[in-house]
Amino acid sequence: MTAAVEIREAVKRYGSVTALHSISLTIADNEFFTLLGPSGCGKTTLLRMIAGFENVTSGEIRLFGDPIASLEPNHRPVNTVFQNYALFPHMTVLDNVAFGLKMKGHPPTERRSRAGQMLEMVHLSDFADRMPSQLSGGQQQRVALARALAPAPKVLLLDEPLSALDLKLRQAMRFELKQLQQDTGITFIFVTHDQEEALTMSDRIAVMSQGRIQQIGTAREIYEEPTNTFVADFIGETNLLQVEVDAIENGTATVTLPGGQRLTCPSASTTPGKHHLSIRPERITISDQADLTATDLTATDLTATDLTATDLTATDLTATDLTATVDRIVYLGTDLQLIAHLPGGQPISIRLQNAARVSLPSTGQTIGLHLEEGAARLLAD
Amino acid sequence: MTTPAPQSDTDAAYAPVARRLLIPTWITIGILMVLPVALMAIYSFLTKEFRGGVIWDFTLDAYDQFFITRGLFGDEPAQIEWTYITIFWRSIWQAGLATILCLAIGFPTAWFIATRPAHTRGIWLFLITIPYWVNLLIRTVSLKFLIRDNGPLNESLMSIGLITDPLPLVNTNLAVQLGLFYSYLPFMVLPIYAAVERYNFTLSEAAADLYASRFATLREIVLPVVKPGIIAGCILVFVPSLGAFLAPDLLGGAKTFMIGSLIDEQFKGSQGNWPFGAAASMILMTLVMIVLLLYARAQTKGGAR
Repeated sequence: MTAAVEIREAVKRYGSVTALHSISLTIADNEFFTLLGPSGCGKTTLLRMIAGFENVTSGEIRLFGDPIASLEPNHRPVNTVFQNYALFPHMTVLDNVAFGLKMKGHPPTERRSRAGQMLEMVHLSDFADRMPSQLSGGQQQRVALARALAPAPKVLLLDEPLSALDLKLRQAMRFELKQLQQDTGITFIFVTHDQEEALTMSDRIAVMSQGRIQQIGTAREIYEEPTNTFVADFIGETNLLQVEVDAIENGTATVTLPGGQRLTCPSASTTPGKHHLSIRPERITISDQADLTATDLTATDLTATDLTATDLTATDLTATDLTATVDRIVYLGTDLQLIAHLPGGQPISIRLQNAARVSLPSTGQTIGLHLEEGAARLLAD
Repeated sequence: MTTPAPQSDTDAAYAPVARRLLIPTWITIGILMVLPVALMAIYSFLTKEFRGGVIWDFTLDAYDQFFITRGLFGDEPAQIEWTYITIFWRSIWQAGLATILCLAIGFPTAWFIATRPAHTRGIWLFLITIPYWVNLLIRTVSLKFLIRDNGPLNESLMSIGLITDPLPLVNTNLAVQLGLFYSYLPFMVLPIYAAVERYNFTLSEAAADLYASRFATLREIVLPVVKPGIIAGCILVFVPSLGAFLAPDLLGGAKTFMIGSLIDEQFKGSQGNWPFGAAASMILMTLVMIVLLLYARAQTKGGAR
């Protein structure tokens, strides 16, 4: 099957500044694909190159197999939802939606009925005769969406379409957008700097930074298997620890933390030397280190019945390979955040569900940290 | 019990102050605008005094003279007097052409300036206004020197062999056109510039994205959106062009006589006829008011939509 959009080694330079370094990307038909990155990472430039508002310095863009990089925007069968909607202020909502069809030369009756259908789809039928200035931000947003979908584009480009809406509306629109994409079967290319938006809606996400694609994958992949420090740090919250890789054997690396503590973790292709280790705060569980001191493990305090497998399994004892001292406990509602430091001094953050727990460690207490299977990821750079 | 919104409370508290602050404005408008216009309106109904001035005798003679003729000795049946209507018609025609010319040149100029980087726009606007530091009379006379038979324009055209005889430019409609265009171009450029500068160029991108060609984008999006600026520019050029007398006087001839010159003559020297000049002014003003009212109506319609 032909890819909806295929970008091959696309480069964008403004004078001596390179905005995009050789981007190659394949987006499948029917896909909800997101370009995610901080401002200035080149995601919007890439989108505008697909739309035709920016020239490609070198490289190729194909739309269902056809090269389009040299076409004017009005000759590309893609439509855009602009960040600030860019509704035509002198036209009614209906005329706005029908504009693309008018320019394509559809007869008036046909374009009116099609525009009407589009407005129905975005629940704005009652507003057809209003002017854009008479609509709320959310309504304008939906008009922009209907306008871009009316000419039945092969690919819909969305440039941070939700960023101007308030939080509640933004969250509601996420589901509407996703639903719309599934109903219409149109390939969506969505640009955002909001990772939550990206994670909740996308089939696949390309994380971008400094004009380069850092990682492409599903939401789960980029969250759980980040390939580099940028992705690990940008997506969600993480603990990035500088470590020394001592040895790699059978895909398992043994690393040493600055404080001298050692860990083993899966390693794909990292060479020995200094690297970063990413540990998601919610993938760490804690055990009360005080219970495990030698003095506690006396016969009087801990009888054989105490040491049953349920309480202290062998894996617990081996996997609880980090110790840390609690600095602060932050109450976040659904979660509790423990801010602690490792013996080497590096801070480490731990998230615990605010379940009905009996006790919490107190500030200054030393606790044992248990990393879930695969929680510690060694990053390439 | 309802309490008034704090906003209106403040407004109410400041209202007397605001009224007092407006007093100088009201006095200025009263003395410099309402009074002269009222005076003109009254004068147009008075009888003319032979060496200029008026006799306080109310009559419709001035308007009668403008619209109706009864032959050289006043004993023929009343007919429509075309002389002044022709002059008016010519003035409207000339002013209209000047407006179109200013629009044709002014729009691209304004567009060019508004699309320069923000820090250079001021320089371009400054360049546009430089000629207007010189008195209008002097500029018009210079233009006459420039286009006369042995002026630099004809001389240079002849020296490169493009023409053998000088182009007869002075004392033609074309010269008047040129004079009006030159006098009022900035009044077209500045409002259009202001409108284009506010124009959101994403709208053009959106139009192109929706399959509009460049021309269709201009016709369907750009022109309608910047229309208020264009209309304002057209009015600012058309209205003074209609009453202009410097350009027609200096650059035109008898065949290019315009309302401005006609009115001007009525108040000059002993040949003058003040009531007639006042009547012509009132008719001109009525014409201008009609144009402005049409504009205002178009504006409010646009706003209500």
